[in-house]
Amino acid sequence: MKARIFVTLKGGVLDPQGRAIHHALEGLGFDAVNDVRAGKLIELDLADGTSDEDIDAMCKKLLANTVIENYRIEKGI
Amino acid sequence: MKSAVIVFPGSNCDRDLAVAFEKVSGRKPEMVWHRETELPDDIDLIGVPGGFSYGDYLRSGAMAARSPVMQAVAKAAERGAFVLGICNGFQVLTETGLLPGALLRNAGGHFVCRDVALTVENSQTAFTSRYETGEAITYPVAHHDGNYFADADTLDRLEGDGRVALRYAEQVNGSARNIAGILNDTGNVLGMMPHPERVIEPAHGCTDGRRLFEGLVESFLTKA
Repeated sequence: MKARIFVTLKGGVLDPQGRAIHHALEGLGFDAVNDVRAGKLIELDLADGTSDEDIDAMCKKLLANTVIENYRIEKGI
Repeated sequence: MKSAVIVFPGSNCDRDLAVAFEKVSGRKPEMVWHRETELPDDIDLIGVPGGFSYGDYLRSGAMAARSPVMQAVAKAAERGAFVLGICNGFQVLTETGLLPGALLRNAGGHFVCRDVALTVENSQTAFTSRYETGEAITYPVAHHDGNYFADADTLDRLEGDGRVALRYAEQVNGSARNIAGILNDTGNVLGMMPHPERVIEPAHGCTDGRRLFEGLVESFLTKA
């Protein structure tokens, strides 16, 4: 069983990496970009039957820092 | 005063911090590897050093914060031991939850490595008792993720309770309200991005950091 965890910075948290990507896109002539926010994708290969609670606990305890980040779990791909 | 310095894979300021502890307290600290599950019961001061623990994987300080030794550090902090986290050590302490907030990538996107002007915001703490409130001092910084972030309520609470120990007197990394160092609510845990251990001897070109360690030794003697 697989799960994908998408970790993104909360709104209002400054994202210098996203800003640098934005500038680079503008430098390439893509001036349609209003904003860029960069995040992380973490792919987990899990034992079958791993509970939703366990996956959520993994996110809360380590994969995301909920002071500054949000996470979204996508299961079974 | 019995002290310890925690060593993670990737720590690189552990020896400097150990030298500072020894020079000022006259006693060699114990170097404690991250896999240890216990610290001596009578430990008075724990240093969480700078560096790049676990290669800064996932987030700076994130992996170190979950290492076995940090539970022992949290336990020691709870019983009143002093904990000093510098640079990566500050990041580890926020990731552990011993201090509020988080350290984000520097606002300018660059690694900042230079001397910075700081203001001592509160000298009524065990760590800053040898300074004057409002005193201007200089410590070096060397970090990529020193941009202190916390929500407005937390920032107000920190300011209101005198828990902002040090503030940048210039723009360094985009930190909220120019915060450089904060205390926990009981005043025995300090996290800071600048490096006092790098400025304790005349040969360092500056001795502004020495009084932080002297103040700690003094606080301990008064407490004991």
